[in-house]
Amino acid sequence: MSSQAAPVEAHGHHDVRPIRKAAMWVFLGSECMFFGSMIATFLLFRNETADGPGSELFNIPFTSASSFVLLMSSLTMVLAHNAFGNRDARGTRIWLAATALLGTVFLAGQIFEFTEFVHEGLTLSSSSFGSAFYMLTGFHGAHVAIGVMMLMAMFYLSLDGRLYDDRGLNVELVGLYWHFVDIVWIVIFTVVYLLQV
Amino acid sequence: MVIDTSKDLVPARPTGIWSWITTVDHKRIGMMYGITALVAFFVAGLQALLIRLQLTNANGTVLSADAYNQLFTMHGLTMLLIVVMPVGAAFMNYFIPLHIGARDVAFPRANAFSFWLFLFSTVILLSSFVLGGAPDGGWFGYAPLSTQLEEYVRMDYYAVGAQLLGVASIMASANFIATVFTMRAPGMSLMRIPVFTWMAVVVSFLLIFSLPIFGVGLFQMFFDRNFGTQFFGGGGDPLLWQHLFWLFGHPEVYVLILPAMGIVSEIIPVFSRKPLFGYPFVVFSGIAIGFMGFGVWAHHMYTAGLGPVAEAGFGVATMMIAVPTGVKIFNWIGTMWGGKIRFELPMLFSIGFVSLFVIGGLSGVTHSVVPSDYQQHDSYYVVAHFHYVLFGGGVFGFVAGAYYWFPKWTGRFLDKRQGLWHFWLMLIGFNLTFAPMHILGLNGMPRRTYRYGEGLGFEFWNQVATVGSFIIGLSFLIFAWNLIRSRKHGELAGDDPWDGRTLEWSISSPPPVHNFDEIPVVEHVDDYWHRKYATDEEGRAVRMPDVSGGTVAADTDTGGDDSHEEDMHMPSPSYYPIVAAAGIGTMGYGFVYLPVGWIVVGIGALITMWGVFGWSLEPVTRGGEHE
Ligand code: HEM
Ligand SMILES: [Cu+2]
Repeated sequence: MSSQAAPVEAHGHHDVRPIRKAAMWVFLGSECMFFGSMIATFLLFRNETADGPGSELFNIPFTSASSFVLLMSSLTMVLAHNAFGNRDARGTRIWLAATALLGTVFLAGQIFEFTEFVHEGLTLSSSSFGSAFYMLTGFHGAHVAIGVMMLMAMFYLSLDGRLYDDRGLNVELVGLYWHFVDIVWIVIFTVVYLLQV
Repeated sequence: MVIDTSKDLVPARPTGIWSWITTVDHKRIGMMYGITALVAFFVAGLQALLIRLQLTNANGTVLSADAYNQLFTMHGLTMLLIVVMPVGAAFMNYFIPLHIGARDVAFPRANAFSFWLFLFSTVILLSSFVLGGAPDGGWFGYAPLSTQLEEYVRMDYYAVGAQLLGVASIMASANFIATVFTMRAPGMSLMRIPVFTWMAVVVSFLLIFSLPIFGVGLFQMFFDRNFGTQFFGGGGDPLLWQHLFWLFGHPEVYVLILPAMGIVSEIIPVFSRKPLFGYPFVVFSGIAIGFMGFGVWAHHMYTAGLGPVAEAGFGVATMMIAVPTGVKIFNWIGTMWGGKIRFELPMLFSIGFVSLFVIGGLSGVTHSVVPSDYQQHDSYYVVAHFHYVLFGGGVFGFVAGAYYWFPKWTGRFLDKRQGLWHFWLMLIGFNLTFAPMHILGLNGMPRRTYRYGEGLGFEFWNQVATVGSFIIGLSFLIFAWNLIRSRKHGELAGDDPWDGRTLEWSISSPPPVHNFDEIPVVEHVDDYWHRKYATDEEGRAVRMPDVSGGTVAADTDTGGDDSHEEDMHMPSPSYYPIVAAAGIGTMGYGFVYLPVGWIVVGIGALITMWGVFGWSLEPVTRGGEHE
């Protein structure tokens, strides 16, 4: 059970928070296999560049910086969750917005990076390496984008105080999701970028 | 009765077609899964009969090679993903909440969404026959067959249809897991859950972890076909698909069989009048099967050349997985042993299940031996194996469940005489059809080929098989008639016709919308049985006096003056799940016909957004209550 004071469990209704959390954890387990399969595919094709461009294109300082931005967004997410737990509406709003912003910066970095790579000749269809690289990082980017949208929805709801902890999307669930996406990126950054160069 | 209509306008009373479209009741959703699957069963059965006609004689002329490829692919795909899995989902939907003493699943609207998405994916897959050709690369969809582009859309239908079915299944599974782990009645500890529900949990976990792997493979197939990626062709590797597919495919076969095993584990104790022998063993062997199921996938790939070390490893692992499977067989036999067996229809089908499953399991073990499998692979021997486990196992188990629970769904029995005809015809027809395939396969008849030459000696057993298949067809016509007729005209059954052991028998038939007037407090495995029976000094069950329906009031279906009425807010009906699912289905069609289809994808995305936004903004229960 959640440690926060639960609204009285009226009428034999279940407190929905642990239920939602359980489902979220299960979903994230599923996501692990999803990303795991794509990482395995990438490792299989890491040298299949068809004599075209491959991992030498990676700009480690740049990607390190954008990874750092994403890492910081996990911190702001924690702060948002904390503020929410303390019933601090203003803090919640600020940190939600900060998290969404950092996520957007990360996405912008990824788009920039992709355009650079395409420019250098690494595309989805140029080689198996390219296929696996774009599929993996692209799906991760899509996850970040969905996360940003959820954060913005939360922010919007918080404006007129419609952010509850016991209904629909809540800060805790979005937080779980966000941290997960973040951790996946750390794995991707290590395996795809750092270990290949 | 329970739905409190005073506070708010209700779209419709719970009757009529609109009430089914907007329903969030797990029982109705279960019913709809079951009916859809039954219809699909007849479609896929018809495909099978066409295949059998083609193979009756050498150089068959009934079907062209092209038609044959579409039919055997769609037969397999439909039977596995649109029949057996959804029938499992039908039983799970209906009985998980009843088994654990809950009023609904954790997320009623998401549950409805899963069903509608499943339905639309089914429509997508089946409509492919008339919209450019059905998938024809086998249910296993091996590359490079699946990535050929001459056939414009066929395997796109496969990639999209299976992907959407997967999404629906993942959502349903997360829902079931959340339900079982967080919504059990007081006292319903994990080791008191009925075995069927335990198996449902294992199945849900298997799907949660295996479907995303398949999903990645399907995306890769789709990208290879539409965006020019090189996962399986070019610098890629067709074996990658095989690994991803079977990493899903083997757990999937347990997804198909475990619900049937669970059903049989419910039925055999009731009709032997004994508790299930070794309940914890049945549960833990089910869990063990789940775990081990992820470590044996390459036994489908022995002939792909993985090298002797890998093959030996996977061979040993495969032999080991037969152990927990065997444990269950002994548990069922142990339950029957010394029991007072009543040979009612559910029991007959259950015994059929156990016997036929043993045969299928044994041929499975012969596959696990690598050199022996080199001979059997891609031959009709494998076809015999998986029909014994899937049809002899799965389908017999589900039919047993249908005879067992039909009184709970409708308040009436299925007709016994017709049921006996069904049983014997199905048993005989089944064995006539599939036993000869062992011989054919060992004599070298390859599977997945649309005809065989004269003079190979395959004719006789193929003719036997074709005769058998039509007997199976006949038996299911009888079953369908029985289902349709008995729904209104069957013999009245009452609430607890079989002297059942689990909670669903403690409530009225059919159950009220809210399932339980009062959430039961559970003290035992087979709690309802213990409410009815005490044990004497010799451990024999003695019926307790005066108990007719346990502690639960029996007159729930009369509705009206029930004092707990005001305490229950059932989730309100909602049409957003079907809107969201329809949007995704529309997107699916668009993806099949890329690049023109991008427009359709866009339209679908808009519909999906409408559904999702409406869904998140609407309160779950009238009166602003959460669920
Ligand atoms: C005793 C446990 C089992 C063992 C040891 C076993 C072993 C095997 C092996 C080694 C194969 C590959 C044969 C080949 O292609 O050469 C196979 C195929 C198959 N098995 Fe089993 N099996 C078992 C139980 C089951 C169950 C319970 C099901 C489903 C309910 C099942 C369904 C299938 C299917 C569908 C195939 C064929 C897949 C295809 O190639 O299309 N098996 N089995
Ligand atoms: Cu297998």
